[in-house]
Amino acid sequence: MATGEYVPHAPGYVDSPGTKVVSSRFGYEDSYTLDRYLATGGYEGLKKALANGPEECHGIVREGTLLGRGGAGFPAGIKWGFCPPEVWPRYLVVNGDESEPGTYKDRLLMELDPHQLIEGCLIACYAIGLSQCFLYVRGEMAIAQQRLADALNEAYEAGYVGKNILGTDFSVDIVLHWGAGAYIVGEETALIESLEGNRGMPRLKPPFFPAAVGLYGQPTIVNNVETLANLPWMLEHGAEAYKELGSETSPGTRMFAVSGHVKRPGVYEVEQGVTTYEDLIYGDDYCQGMRDGHELKMFIPGGGSAPWLFPEHVSLPLEARPVGAAGTMLGSGAIVIMDDSTDAVKACLRVVRFFARESCGKCAPCREGTSWEEKILQRILDGNGRPEDLDLLLDVADNISPGPYPVASFEAEGLDAVPFPPRQTTICPLGPSSVAPITSAIRRFRHEFEAKIGTPVEVTA
Amino acid sequence: MSRLTEANVKIAHEIIARYPRPKSALIPLLHLAQEQDGWVSDEAMAHLAELVGVTPAEVRGTCTFYEMFKLHPVGTYMVNVCTNIACQLLGGEELLHHAEKTLGIRPGGTTSDGMFTLEDVECIAACTEAPCMQVNYRYGVRLSTDDFDEIIDDLRAGRTPDKLITANPGDQIPSHGTLGLTRQHLDPDKAAGIVPPEQVTENPVWLTTTKGDS
Repeated sequence: MATGEYVPHAPGYVDSPGTKVVSSRFGYEDSYTLDRYLATGGYEGLKKALANGPEECHGIVREGTLLGRGGAGFPAGIKWGFCPPEVWPRYLVVNGDESEPGTYKDRLLMELDPHQLIEGCLIACYAIGLSQCFLYVRGEMAIAQQRLADALNEAYEAGYVGKNILGTDFSVDIVLHWGAGAYIVGEETALIESLEGNRGMPRLKPPFFPAAVGLYGQPTIVNNVETLANLPWMLEHGAEAYKELGSETSPGTRMFAVSGHVKRPGVYEVEQGVTTYEDLIYGDDYCQGMRDGHELKMFIPGGGSAPWLFPEHVSLPLEARPVGAAGTMLGSGAIVIMDDSTDAVKACLRVVRFFARESCGKCAPCREGTSWEEKILQRILDGNGRPEDLDLLLDVADNISPGPYPVASFEAEGLDAVPFPPRQTTICPLGPSSVAPITSAIRRFRHEFEAKIGTPVEVTA
Repeated sequence: MSRLTEANVKIAHEIIARYPRPKSALIPLLHLAQEQDGWVSDEAMAHLAELVGVTPAEVRGTCTFYEMFKLHPVGTYMVNVCTNIACQLLGGEELLHHAEKTLGIRPGGTTSDGMFTLEDVECIAACTEAPCMQVNYRYGVRLSTDDFDEIIDDLRAGRTPDKLITANPGDQIPSHGTLGLTRQHLDPDKAAGIVPPEQVTENPVWLTTTKGDS
């Protein structure tokens, strides 16, 4: 039975009330085996897909409004439609390179229910004629790689993957591929470069969509693990049933990883749009509030790249559109909660340092800018800050992301939100992401920065 | 260190056969070299270049982009302590400092007995279980300093630490370089068939033949 108790084979997931689209098997000790998968409705979605035919299958995904779960939230059914007609072969690349700070849902989906992901891949390949699938798993995720290798071996043996799947004309190979430690490879064109055996640097745009020009120059669909993991349920139960979950504009459920200073951190699967940050942070079924004796100071609402939100914003629903309008993003569903014991400058530096370390170095504003941001923040934290440092920091940030940067409203100061997304002088959003903690922290906690910089001592000759 | 062994060359050819173009196999092959030697040597890179038909410089170019590949010998166990934001909030930096003291090395360093290399790493996707670390990419979660010492003592004594999570109960912690303990096997008789993109000129057959109730 799936329970909310500590699950020894994968700590992190916490069960909660409501329909589970992707995490329904997580409570089983043997959730990752083919036996368990088949005993709990596994590969039924694929059978329905095969019975309906490819066009109908694509139609269900379009109709169900399956929004991408990687961060950008682009509808998968529409993305699939971007493949130019009559250009073959087409490929599927699964983005399992999850490494955004605070994020981990894809790892659990790969470790705990690998067959669900495999079935999702098969459905996508079947619907739009993708002739080979590459499952790109983050290098550091050795357990996920092992579980997926075992699952693929089982699935090939049982005839679910490979030649003439379930006795039909549908044939596709799924190849397990793994990376070697580079956050930037999560960007879809960098992922493709990496899969071609190159340094994982994002490609120049246009072309904007790998669906037109991707792996080996062929049409390529890049989908996130969680996005594909939704497909078996959607095909089995239909688009209507899927749309009954969540809100009108964001149907279905999402996995949210809530970490930091809450009583019961965990990965929760909840309905999008109808659940709020407040529900997750304070709800008895979820994180059960802040640690005793502490109050919420700020939180990262959608991964390290997201501008921060503050206590007055907790009533926002977990849905891309309203969160975007509020000056940040739902992103990868990673929520990091920080209480009043947190040093805003230190937290800001830590997130910025991540981007400085992970910059691939292709674009000068990011390569130079992120490391300067880190250096300036480090000297402020060390007590060596200069009076002009805040202006300098914002100027460096402006060179990476020019103009007003997305940021939450600050009513006490009469400041409105700047809606997402930011502008950028770089090929990909990594550099601009480094600006998020800086503008968020300086606008809200300028006094903390100034206190650390202090007053310069006058030197007389 | 060396070129790939005969057994590993066989595995390398199996891996290369899974890709429409050989160079795509490069990252898995670099992992294979690292699995064999614990690190990636110039000789291994030159051998991989021969296997996939590129220059050694191209292999090196790819290899040096990815931080998991080590270009010099490292410890048997890579101890990666996370200090990113979620872990920092709950004691990740303190855990790292404790690790430095226990092992007597700084991040990037290796103990003199060659057992442990310590690294200060970015988010390893176990944020709700902070503070966390990986030993050869197996997780230890919600770690106290005592837990850390226990893991190190177990590894020094040749025991599999209870506090590290493995894919199956009883799995060993392999030495540095080995990731998953099993590999994908693609039986040519069961595979759909993998060919270079230029050999595919028509739509997949099922798009026209399976129109429902097939």
